[in-house]
Amino acid sequence: MIKVVHYINQFYGGIGGEEKADIRPEVREGVVGPGMALKAALGNDAEIVATVICGDSYFNENLETATSEILEMIKKYSPDLFIAGPAFNAGRYGVACGSICKSVQENLGIPVLTAMYIENPGADMFKKDMYVVSTANAATGMRQAIPAMAKLAMKLSKNEAIGSPSEEGYIARGIRKNIFRPDRGSKRAVNMLVAKLRGEAFETEYPMPDFDRVAPNQPVHDISKATIALVTSGGIVPKGNPDRIESSSASKYGKYDIEGVMDLTEATYETAHGGYDPVYANIDSDRVLPVDVLRDMEKEGLIGKLHRYFYTTVGNGTSVANSKKFAAEFAQELLADGVQAVILTST
Amino acid sequence: MRLELGKIFIKNIEFGGQTKVENGTLYVNKDELLQEIGGDSRLTKIELDIAKPGEETRIMPVKDVIEPRVKVEGPGGIFPGVLSKVDVVGSGKTNVLKGAAVVTTGKIVGFQEGIIDMSGPGADYTPFSKTNNLVIVCTPIENLQQHEHEHAVRMVGLKAAAYLGEAGKNVKPDEVKVYETLPFVEGLKMYPELPRVAYVYMLQTQGLLHDTYVYGVDAKRIVPTLMYPTEMMDGAILSGNCVSACDKNPTYNHVNNPVIEDLYERHGVDFNFVGVIITNENVTLMDKERSSNWTAKLAEYLNLDAVIISEEGFGNPDTDLMMNCKKITAKGIKTVLITDEYAGRDGASQSLADADKAADAVVTGGNANEVIELPAMKKVIGYLEPADIIAGGFDGSLRPDGSIVAELQVITGATSEIGFNKLSATQY
Repeated sequence: MIKVVHYINQFYGGIGGEEKADIRPEVREGVVGPGMALKAALGNDAEIVATVICGDSYFNENLETATSEILEMIKKYSPDLFIAGPAFNAGRYGVACGSICKSVQENLGIPVLTAMYIENPGADMFKKDMYVVSTANAATGMRQAIPAMAKLAMKLSKNEAIGSPSEEGYIARGIRKNIFRPDRGSKRAVNMLVAKLRGEAFETEYPMPDFDRVAPNQPVHDISKATIALVTSGGIVPKGNPDRIESSSASKYGKYDIEGVMDLTEATYETAHGGYDPVYANIDSDRVLPVDVLRDMEKEGLIGKLHRYFYTTVGNGTSVANSKKFAAEFAQELLADGVQAVILTST
Repeated sequence: MRLELGKIFIKNIEFGGQTKVENGTLYVNKDELLQEIGGDSRLTKIELDIAKPGEETRIMPVKDVIEPRVKVEGPGGIFPGVLSKVDVVGSGKTNVLKGAAVVTTGKIVGFQEGIIDMSGPGADYTPFSKTNNLVIVCTPIENLQQHEHEHAVRMVGLKAAAYLGEAGKNVKPDEVKVYETLPFVEGLKMYPELPRVAYVYMLQTQGLLHDTYVYGVDAKRIVPTLMYPTEMMDGAILSGNCVSACDKNPTYNHVNNPVIEDLYERHGVDFNFVGVIITNENVTLMDKERSSNWTAKLAEYLNLDAVIISEEGFGNPDTDLMMNCKKITAKGIKTVLITDEYAGRDGASQSLADADKAADAVVTGGNANEVIELPAMKKVIGYLEPADIIAGGFDGSLRPDGSIVAELQVITGATSEIGFNKLSATQY
């Protein structure tokens, strides 16, 4: 028997509308409100053992405490599966469903599922983290939402393969998955070309993302007093690549001490990068990471100081998500070390 | 320009006393072949082996794959400007040993060479698990510069393919396919009502192991230009690259470019396939601006209605792809792009290093970051050790039992951006 805990808000819990939105979380044995229909749809293999109810305002205004209170309540029932909602187009309810699901998934390691309308702000916030079943924008869609939720929930709890968003009815998570199509790529391209020429409908295989463009920072006020750090995606590492940064699709970055290093030589440094002709970078790594020039500028008083450490990774084939993660980590270190500016070199 | 392509189907390959084609078997005289490809003082040893479809064989690290072809009639010879004189090729008759390939391997040149498995899960991803392969293992002299090493191995592969191709010169082809593209004005008169379509063929030109040659010219040093589609079929374009082997075009793919084949399929029916605009993917911004300006200029000059643009590689060339797309679209010409993706091992990251609204019709060859497990093979031709350092491998990719866990990126031709395969990706 699969033990399920269900989460709903004060409205679906029958406690009240907006005037009761500030109630604290409470737990009841068995099903409440939409849980009744959900229980029926889940069938005989699963049982809703408890229902947690919380006011939408209370949850959103006390995000951390509410999450941990609710988590404690859920834990007691040691469920195998957690379901929240459906939230339809109720924004605060949607955010609550997503937040709790995420927390349950991370802390209890069990499958989670929620459901809401595609334009609910909670959908965009959490669709990457979990399956969010796509519903209508109002409770009139309950009858369609419940069976879809139950079906996907059972698949998740039985660890079955999950199909595409259109097959399973969840909101596309933006996760790219490899598939084999019936025709080779060139034929698909020609078909798409003909459709485009004729003004017929066609479906791109890769919808363009919202591209993250970074606006340049304000200039450094007085560069002659600034501590400058070098950061590169050109793969410059101490000879032998001690941390084994990958030649492509880097999963890590390196931080290396250059105290007293005046020049990067063929004997001491090299590149780990597999995406460009490495010959010239291996002969003189200053070509990618200009330590020699910055030492000169330090001596001449043109810059305050070259930072003691440089940070390096391989940009080749490395996912944007990994790159962001690396930079978010070491940017904190750079700030803590009093670095005012970074020279970022790529290849 | 009209080319008759005669296909001689090869179903088996064996070493034998005389190099010849007989009943679908390609027999190779080892000594004669070694004589033909040997003599380069930069290589200390050249060894030959055979790998057939279905065998438990792994070839790695693979540098290039080349199809044996021979000129039967018409001007020039295979690989003009490199092995043959620099005549304009692509007309007359050419015979091809369809189902045979030359694969070059040996000590690793850089970080980038690929893997071909002849059976098992890896075989589903590479086109060259389906060909009867003559594998050449080249050992360089010590301390050979990488550029020299690459050149030496490249020439060995090309010479071997040309030598084997000769065996098909006097063989009656099993199938003949005719491809024809008319000169500009004649084409216009022949199909006055049909939309005009061309293929913008981006060539990888980022440097060592990222180079492509056009009639012997390093494509870094070209400005975009026009070619008849059949010129490619005689080896006018060849590969000097295998970086991140999954999405680079081995020489085999250049002579068999499926975009060209599939555009010909509907030429004269759904559109008029006018020709090919080749361009490069250099690393400096000025080069990128110049080349994309020129592809757009040539597309306008040809009075085109639509183009297919194919990329080679990823990251830096994503910018060239988007610049080509944006500038050609701005001329009022419709575009379809072919690329592949680097969406991270979990598929959750942004797939390309650049994006543009104009790119609304994209075909993808799949996510090269997806991880695959390749079981150990009974036989290895080449060396397993580079598994940890080739592009797509990581610390621990090679396991003690000889199996490999790595990104799809390591497999030669897996995520082809000229649409060679059925592999693709979709949004989940």
